[in-house]
Amino acid sequence: MTAAAGDALRLEAVTRHFGGLRAVDAVSLTVRAGERRALIGPNGAGKTTLFNLVAGVLPVTAGSIRLFGEDVTRAPAHRRAARGLARTFQITNLFPGLTVMENCLLAVQALTPVKFSMLRPVAAYPRLRARARAMLAAVGLETVDEVLVANLSHGEQRQLEIALALAGQPRLLLLDEPTAGLSPAESRLMADLLAGLDPAITVLMIEHDMDIALALASHVTVLHYGRVIADGTREEIRADPQVREVYLGA
Amino acid sequence: MSRPDFWIIQTFNGLSYGALLFLLASGLSLIFGVMRIVNLAHGSYFMLGAYVGLTVALQTRSFVLALLGGAAAIALIGIGMERLFLRRLKGQTLGQVLMTVGFALIFQDLALLIWGGDPYSIPVPRALTGSFTVGGVVFSAYRLFLIALAAAIAIALWLLLDRTRVGALVRAAVDDAEMAQGVGINVPRASLGVFALGSALAALGGVAGGGFLGVYPGTDFEVLPYAFVVVIVGGLGSLPGAIVGSVLVGLLDNFGKALFPELSYFTLFAPMALILAIRPTGLFGRG
Amino acid sequence: MIRRRALFALGVAAALALAGPLLPAYPLTLVTQALIVAILAMSLDVLLGYTGLPSLGHAAYWGVGAYVVALLATERGVGLAGCAVAGIVLAALTAAVFGLIAIRAAGTYFLMITLALGMVVWGLAFRWVSLTKGDNGISGVPRPDLFGLGSLAGPLPFFYFTLVAAVLAWALLGLLVASPFGLTLRGIRESESRMRSLGYNVWLHKYLAFVLSGAVAGGGGVLWAYYNGFVSPTDVQLITSVEALLMVALGGPGTLAGSVLGAAVIVFLKNFVSIYTKRWLLILGAVYIGVILFAPRGVMGALRGRSRS
Repeated sequence: MTAAAGDALRLEAVTRHFGGLRAVDAVSLTVRAGERRALIGPNGAGKTTLFNLVAGVLPVTAGSIRLFGEDVTRAPAHRRAARGLARTFQITNLFPGLTVMENCLLAVQALTPVKFSMLRPVAAYPRLRARARAMLAAVGLETVDEVLVANLSHGEQRQLEIALALAGQPRLLLLDEPTAGLSPAESRLMADLLAGLDPAITVLMIEHDMDIALALASHVTVLHYGRVIADGTREEIRADPQVREVYLGA
Repeated sequence: MSRPDFWIIQTFNGLSYGALLFLLASGLSLIFGVMRIVNLAHGSYFMLGAYVGLTVALQTRSFVLALLGGAAAIALIGIGMERLFLRRLKGQTLGQVLMTVGFALIFQDLALLIWGGDPYSIPVPRALTGSFTVGGVVFSAYRLFLIALAAAIAIALWLLLDRTRVGALVRAAVDDAEMAQGVGINVPRASLGVFALGSALAALGGVAGGGFLGVYPGTDFEVLPYAFVVVIVGGLGSLPGAIVGSVLVGLLDNFGKALFPELSYFTLFAPMALILAIRPTGLFGRG
Repeated sequence: MIRRRALFALGVAAALALAGPLLPAYPLTLVTQALIVAILAMSLDVLLGYTGLPSLGHAAYWGVGAYVVALLATERGVGLAGCAVAGIVLAALTAAVFGLIAIRAAGTYFLMITLALGMVVWGLAFRWVSLTKGDNGISGVPRPDLFGLGSLAGPLPFFYFTLVAAVLAWALLGLLVASPFGLTLRGIRESESRMRSLGYNVWLHKYLAFVLSGAVAGGGGVLWAYYNGFVSPTDVQLITSVEALLMVALGGPGTLAGSVLGAAVIVFLKNFVSIYTKRWLLILGAVYIGVILFAPRGVMGALRGRSRS
């Protein structure tokens, strides 16, 4: 089966075993370019494991992963990032001992040869700094750029998570529970931020807040015990009785 | 000496050295596996055990008491170090390295102060001082004793880990300390027990080695790298790893010294590097 | 910020330069020794403080540099330039080979592997008697001529030479840690997984840091051979690597200046304490423990921590 030209991500029978446990069981799904898709399912359904497989953090036990038509099943995480993949982490994963600006600079220089520059100071690259500043402004963090990340509030850290993921101008963005641990007000801000994302970016998100998930996503995939039990538009999923029983009813 | 005799003797010597290394390194491997503590004073336990054993042997004229006394004394020191100092450095690798080196230096100086700088030999029972001949090849009785001692300890450890409830607790903690704590296992208490056992084993090795290699200042940093190599090769927290690792290192070191004296350390560490290149977590390790 | 630190460091260097002729011979040689050891400490700081890689075998590259100089200078009569280049290149090559084995490992394994690799060098120094004269060491390393400008035999000319070399090393490393590559190293220290997801080949950056750090340590070793006139296996033993770690930890990892401070403190401590008491090992051991208990981020870390909050 050939991948259609507009496929951002194509998973075929992706499986991951942990000893006897099948965390992800023959998952096949296709996310078309520009699509906004939510990945939902009860706790332990395998959503984060699936993310880790797509991101290249975990190797697959079986199956294949294609990113924009290219087979990345064996490619390490950094190679996938160079191909346009970016992700955020469910448990905030920033650089706590560095300032907000330094965090952003790292994201901005990541896919450029500047990262190997050894004899000129960072300050000698004003364009990098300008891009970093723009990223921070886009998520509303430009006023705290000299603050150590360890001293940021949880909400600000989640915002920075998004900024870091967007800094490399990704084509496919994996969002792992972007509103995790946020207050209702902060969640609304996050939802606005996500709604305002460049429509050209394909987004696959894990989200427990059903309102946000269904508001942002046009398509939904439902996982249960590592298997896909439903896959379709949000209207179809809303109406699916099996999904209701497994997840929405809870 | 005929060719086959040479190989037989060298293998035997290598095995006896491996036996000593097993006593030294098995405890280290368990300590690493359960607590992920880097302890550069482990060689000091070996040395102090030998010194204490020496004093006990001279005072009581009993080799058995020397073995037990050395082990018990150092177990106490180990418990003290873990409880009072190392416990607060959980996860801080650099801190553990520096603190344990600090202790190693202090132990070294205290040993100099108490026992002086001259080398000693621990008096051993007559029965162990001789040699015996098999098929025309002469073997040292003491070396055989070392192999027997290590084998006995290995079996005892295996039974402890595999057959007892305590052993199951320790194995669970090696597998996943957080999970073990989560299911109600008192990991700190198990850790303390492992630490005491590990240091006691090293001390036992020191006393046993003392009757054969002698007791002298500098032993501590001399044996420490060997302990590390055994653990690296065998894998963290693995008893079979410690057994295989000690035998391998003992044989390699012995043959290396006999065949290529100028490169002997290299012949020891190069295979280690090779094993690591293929299996980064050691032969039996889980990383 | 960089400019302020640079000016401060140059100020210190200038003060030392002026004080040089005024110091009596023994303190002068101690200051020279501290400067040379500071180069080793700074090179280790790049690895430990900035990249988060605790190496327990750094004395190996220092030793390679020193032995290369000792051998070339005493047996082949090679001059300063040849010895220095050979020493640094061979130290870098050693780090390049060792790095291939060590960098794959993480955390505790890295520590143990670097320890074992350091022992390989010690073992060769100790046993390869036909090359290294084993435990006797190589003595009689002559002070070189400075490219025809005169001999460095006297303590004062050698002190100035060392001062220039130390300032050069500090400047190069300072540029390195302030560069995008330096920022990359710090990112690796803070979160390797995040760096990978951003697109960094973490292994490659760690490896480069390892080799560069080894090269600089080798440079320190080159100076050491000339300073000491004598190179032996004690220069590459485990305790030397550990002392380097202590210097970095005491001064403050990740600050470069801290390493210089730590090196100076340890050099002076070792030399002075051993004059007054035979129990200097005990005292040194207590220092190790004290640093961890009371100043876990080192002196500079504590100072800068206060100004940053």
